[in-house]
Amino acid sequence: MTYIPISPKERDAMLATIGVKSLDDLFEDIPAKHRFPKLNLPPALTEMEALDELTGLAQANENVRSDLISFLGAGMYNHYIPSVVDHMLRRGEFYTAYTPYQPEISQGTLQAIFEYQSLMCALTGMDVSNASHYDGATATAEAVNLANAQFRGKRKKVVISPTVHPQYRAVIRTYTQGMDMQLVGDDQFPITDYQPSDLLPLVDDNTCLVIVQYPDFFGRIYDYTKLIEGIHAKGALACVVANPTALALFKTPGSMGADIVVGDGQPLGIPMWYGGPSVGFFTTRKQFVHKMAGRLVGETVDSKGQRAYVLTLTAREQHIKRERATSNICTNQGLIALGTAVYLSLLGKKGLRQVAELCYQKAHYAAAQLSKIEGMGLCFSEPFFHEFALCVNRPVEEVNAHLLDHGILGGYDLGQDYPALKDHMLIAVTEMNTKEDIDTLVEVLSEVSHD
Amino acid sequence: MIEAPEQTQVKIVEPTIFDLSSPGRVGVTMPASDVPETALPPEELLRPDLPLPELAEVDVVRHYMHLSSFNYSVDTGFYPLGSCTMKYNPKINEDTCRLPGFLYTHPLQPIETVQGNLALMYQLQEWLKEISGFAGVTLQPAAGAHGEFTGVLIMRAYHKSRGDHKRVKMLIPDSAHGTNPASTGMMGLQVVQIPSDERGNVDLKALEAACDDTVVGMMLTNPNTLGLFDENIEKVIELVHGCGGLMYGDGANLNALLGIVRPGDLGFDVMHFNLHKTFAVPHGGGGPGSGPVGVAAHLVDFLPEPLVGIIEEGEDDMPPLYGFVKPAKTIGRMKAFHGHFGGGMVRAFTYIAMHGPDGLKDISQYAVLNANYLQAKLRNTYKVPYDRICMHEFVAEGRFEGSDVRALDIAKRLMDYNFHPPTNYFPLIVHEALMIEPTETENKDTLDAFADALIKIAEEAKTQPELVKSAPHTTKFGRMDEVKAARELVLCCWLPENFSNQ
Repeated sequence: MTYIPISPKERDAMLATIGVKSLDDLFEDIPAKHRFPKLNLPPALTEMEALDELTGLAQANENVRSDLISFLGAGMYNHYIPSVVDHMLRRGEFYTAYTPYQPEISQGTLQAIFEYQSLMCALTGMDVSNASHYDGATATAEAVNLANAQFRGKRKKVVISPTVHPQYRAVIRTYTQGMDMQLVGDDQFPITDYQPSDLLPLVDDNTCLVIVQYPDFFGRIYDYTKLIEGIHAKGALACVVANPTALALFKTPGSMGADIVVGDGQPLGIPMWYGGPSVGFFTTRKQFVHKMAGRLVGETVDSKGQRAYVLTLTAREQHIKRERATSNICTNQGLIALGTAVYLSLLGKKGLRQVAELCYQKAHYAAAQLSKIEGMGLCFSEPFFHEFALCVNRPVEEVNAHLLDHGILGGYDLGQDYPALKDHMLIAVTEMNTKEDIDTLVEVLSEVSHD
Repeated sequence: MIEAPEQTQVKIVEPTIFDLSSPGRVGVTMPASDVPETALPPEELLRPDLPLPELAEVDVVRHYMHLSSFNYSVDTGFYPLGSCTMKYNPKINEDTCRLPGFLYTHPLQPIETVQGNLALMYQLQEWLKEISGFAGVTLQPAAGAHGEFTGVLIMRAYHKSRGDHKRVKMLIPDSAHGTNPASTGMMGLQVVQIPSDERGNVDLKALEAACDDTVVGMMLTNPNTLGLFDENIEKVIELVHGCGGLMYGDGANLNALLGIVRPGDLGFDVMHFNLHKTFAVPHGGGGPGSGPVGVAAHLVDFLPEPLVGIIEEGEDDMPPLYGFVKPAKTIGRMKAFHGHFGGGMVRAFTYIAMHGPDGLKDISQYAVLNANYLQAKLRNTYKVPYDRICMHEFVAEGRFEGSDVRALDIAKRLMDYNFHPPTNYFPLIVHEALMIEPTETENKDTLDAFADALIKIAEEAKTQPELVKSAPHTTKFGRMDEVKAARELVLCCWLPENFSNQ
């Protein structure tokens, strides 16, 4: 099956207009010995057959809506997505449009991005937001680019908290391979005793950026105000990687003095989709806007005197600046950003706070019940949002296998990234988990402890 | 409730969601908590207010429906945006990518519980290898530019692994996309621009002169951004390989090559795919895309981690166990998790499965047919500076002797004829460039109507130039004051002191 709307008769007329005899005649520039390879691919399926095959593949998975009760988070979260979100994302006018380079006929996309930027500023407490990055990890790596550019490459050290998501730290290392950067901090502390203030002694006048996470990878909430003051005293910038749902409840990184706030927008109405696409948000202070990567939408007026929106400050971007651009980013996550804007518009002031409080309440109930199990306990005592590290006192893989037998997707195995946290799992609880789900988890884990 | 700013007479076509907010309205009701209450943390850790809008569901739906009606899209009309491959996006892909088994799986689930996802990813890796002639493919990169960055990292890592530390130069033709030099710049490498010759090919003399033992490689889009397949491609690759460099293929224009030629067979070492161009993943108003990277055998060990591999071969009729594997000398991780699985890979998988080998070849043949047909219809009206059989797109000049009408004006005037304009002012080597890529999913009637409109505009440029220069006239919005946007930098509709609109 193809989607080519040209009949054989029309094709022949078109070939005649061009002045060639056959379709093959159009390809004489291709080296003859490599022209028209026979591709070893399965024969074409009809739509009916394809749907059948894809349905089979999808059903070969166990999903967290109908097959499993999930307590897995670690950077991607199972939240309720109101029906309206996907109905809007399925509008062909949105999803089959290109980047809004022609503003006269792209005001839908442009105004939606402008609203997304505004919503992200409202959530983070920052001045400006760009139109999105690929995900939270790459947005964090772009924060390093901004800081490097801000100091014109003269400060070569980035201090990273060990409680920034391990995969985000890995991506920063990949991104900075050619930048001659020194990345320190995330392997220097016994993780069980680490406090954010431990980072300060590492910050010096060669440091361009300090990166912390909020809530941190273990779900803990810290007020970073003092730390950021200390960072600023050394002339460095502070980047906070934030969970957007938590920002409905907790003090904003903006109010703590952060220079850059980034994160992954997936919790805001985007399905987990086995890891993507999600959306990376990137917000900063107005003074850094010229160093920021990615697209930006600004308000203006059109020739009819109407309020309208355009891509602005494009001179930062690759299609103008080429090798001197702030980043190579071109395609971003426009449609996903739209999804988060629809979600935030729907939930609004009350709804998002309610989601955050439900997460908080349920996670704290789960933590309280789980820590009553003999031989298990919470690893940390700081305030937390909707994730916490639980010591299970035996290999997490074993515990999770047992949970899976009971239809439960257990927590993330922290020993993979933190050897000192062997036998600890990171449990995430959201509004999707009922009390009954939590009680089941407690019950099954109690069995494990008695095995 | 909605008021325009008092100081000006700016008309508001659609208020923002903040303008529309009315305190007390609710869009979604969440269930009450079913667990015993825990006290919130001390107040100094909490935010005092959450300045989000308050709207009912119907307000939100109407607002976004209004916005959607301001957009031009492939679903509503012809979108011949050169280099962007704005083909029709089949509806079935929207259904397959939303199957619950794909939507609601967590990227860190045990592999035993996501064998459907992993089988799909493995199969897609294999298909992309077969289509491109490469030995290995990573699906992790999120977009074309991300794929380029991945490719450049791989090239750099390859030279370093051989102790070859003096390679710092990347050769990039003057017709290249801006992302090529930008991806190179992010690596701290130097860009050496290679000119094009009078037939639109890489200038071989200039290339030969630039080839030395400091060259990392060359980034080449082929067919290039003029829509031309380089007539000396084998010689180009031979020169780059001859000095120890690697050949990077920018797969932005792969829609011309499916079943026509495999870049790996030509000698390319690395290439990114744009699943959102070639394989009908929708562009989403700017993204998300998906930019897998293919590499030749000598670069497989450098691919990003993780790849999908077979962990245990299946016995008898049982399928194998799929899981993740780490390449031996990997450049590392390019993003969190596994790439754009739902939005990119599932749609592209569906598309390839429904085309098969012959259908894929049809795509490229008809994409090239449509471009050549338009070129033939327009070449007597618009100068085509590199006039030969093109591939999936071609570039014309949007200017006329004795008229000050420019490409931008022609682009805007096309909107009055209900067409999306072609890409303009790119590639940089053509004056007043109009870069036209019709794709294979347009019928002859549409192409004829588009050619007629362009011919009519050429006539208008001579007889009524003001009409063209002040276009568009029939669209809801007129030309924008871009200077005002950049000078005032209003980037956000939320300002605390103005927030309340009671």
